[in-house]
Amino acid sequence: MGQLLRTSFARELETLQTDTLMLGSMVIQALKESVDALRRRDMDVARHLIKEDEIINRKRFEIEADCLRLIATQQPMAGDLRLIAAVLEISTELERIGDYAKGIGRIILLIGTEVLIKPLVDIPKMCDIATEMLQQSLDAFLHQDLEAARTIPLRDDEVDDLYNRVHRDLIEMILEDTSLIDRCNYLLWAAHNLERAADRVSNICERIIFTVTGEFFEFDMN
Amino acid sequence: MNGTGRYAIESGSMSVFYGSFCAVRDVDMRVPTNKITAIIGPSGCGKSTVLRCFNRMNDLITNVRIEGEVLFQGQNIYDDSVDPVEVRRRIGMVFQKANPFPKTIYENVAWGTRINGFRGDMDEMVEKALRSAALWDEVKDKLQQSALGLSGGQQQRLCIARAIAVEPEIILMDEPASALDPIATLRIEDLMKELSEKYTIIVVTHNMQQAARISDFTAFFSVDENRTGNLIEFDETEKIFTNPSQKSTEDYITGRFG
Repeated sequence: MGQLLRTSFARELETLQTDTLMLGSMVIQALKESVDALRRRDMDVARHLIKEDEIINRKRFEIEADCLRLIATQQPMAGDLRLIAAVLEISTELERIGDYAKGIGRIILLIGTEVLIKPLVDIPKMCDIATEMLQQSLDAFLHQDLEAARTIPLRDDEVDDLYNRVHRDLIEMILEDTSLIDRCNYLLWAAHNLERAADRVSNICERIIFTVTGEFFEFDMN
Repeated sequence: MNGTGRYAIESGSMSVFYGSFCAVRDVDMRVPTNKITAIIGPSGCGKSTVLRCFNRMNDLITNVRIEGEVLFQGQNIYDDSVDPVEVRRRIGMVFQKANPFPKTIYENVAWGTRINGFRGDMDEMVEKALRSAALWDEVKDKLQQSALGLSGGQQQRLCIARAIAVEPEIILMDEPASALDPIATLRIEDLMKELSEKYTIIVVTHNMQQAARISDFTAFFSVDENRTGNLIEFDETEKIFTNPSQKSTEDYITGRFG
């Protein structure tokens, strides 16, 4: 075997990874801002989030186009091929998480500036854990860290427990006073979005495992 | 006839020496029947040497010595009792550069069967072989013209027709499309796919995309510090090109090292 070859292709793969991390950062930022804006009922930020989602979508399309270009022009194989396939999936997952942030933005506009039906305690916690998991999964993706990819999704249970608690509290409130249905529902949707965001982190981790091992793996989320 | 055995050919601890130089060492390779097996690897790793061992083509080189065994239908083709000419009839070969005889298209196909004592309908046999090689429609009106007037791609398909006319069980191909343009290459690749329904094909190729496109199994050979070739990995092609087991296979097929 001789010298290292394909340095420009290797650089392009690095750029693809960096772009994916960038998309991830944008999504984390959006999710954090959405819950923060929910707490403050900040209509400006809510509108901003809805608009900013277009940038996230565009970034994801750019990444997809880069993946297709590399497949068409570089004929990637083995680990390179798996990495590109994983980036296609991961960027889709990230874009969807971005949609959840936008969704919370819309919910904020529906709620308006009126006082929230209950103090926000568990929903910000859900957001903290989900964004932390997401950040960790991006680190695991960068370092191709198999161990981390296998353990990060275990925290999904914490998010699920919080969601169940929020769900129970809000349903109880509805049962006590049916006029609160709409306002309870808005918060329930927001919580649900965060619960789904954490689920998608598990999908990202499954893709990291695939990139490293070549095995198709699915976490049992029940 | 083959088709019953799971493996068309099996080598056991096969090593090849040119004088004192060991070109390939200890190759244990089992080639599945009626599949296309591609042999890939860097220059000098012994791909063609191994291919030529499978039908005793190396016998024609002086100073060559082969150790180990190559089993074809349970028999070591290097046994003293085995006739190398018979081996080469049953295990045919197609070379990198099309090498038709300077004779008519018809004679190119008929020649091998004639010296093998073929007694049937020669016209029918020639047509069948040319059809199998996907060449009949292009040459049926000029069978008595010189084969040298055909294009490179047609000449190569003629050589394939010539190889299958004698009804071999295995066809060895050494870079069969490397001298052809992309369209002619794809025609040869399609043809190989069709032929693999009836024959076992082993193909040496420098073109990894070609190996990935056409083969069912891939053998990756590499070369050690003594310039001796070794079989590094043999597996289903899909596995080799998506998730090889060996780091050196990965480095080679991703083009990281050459």
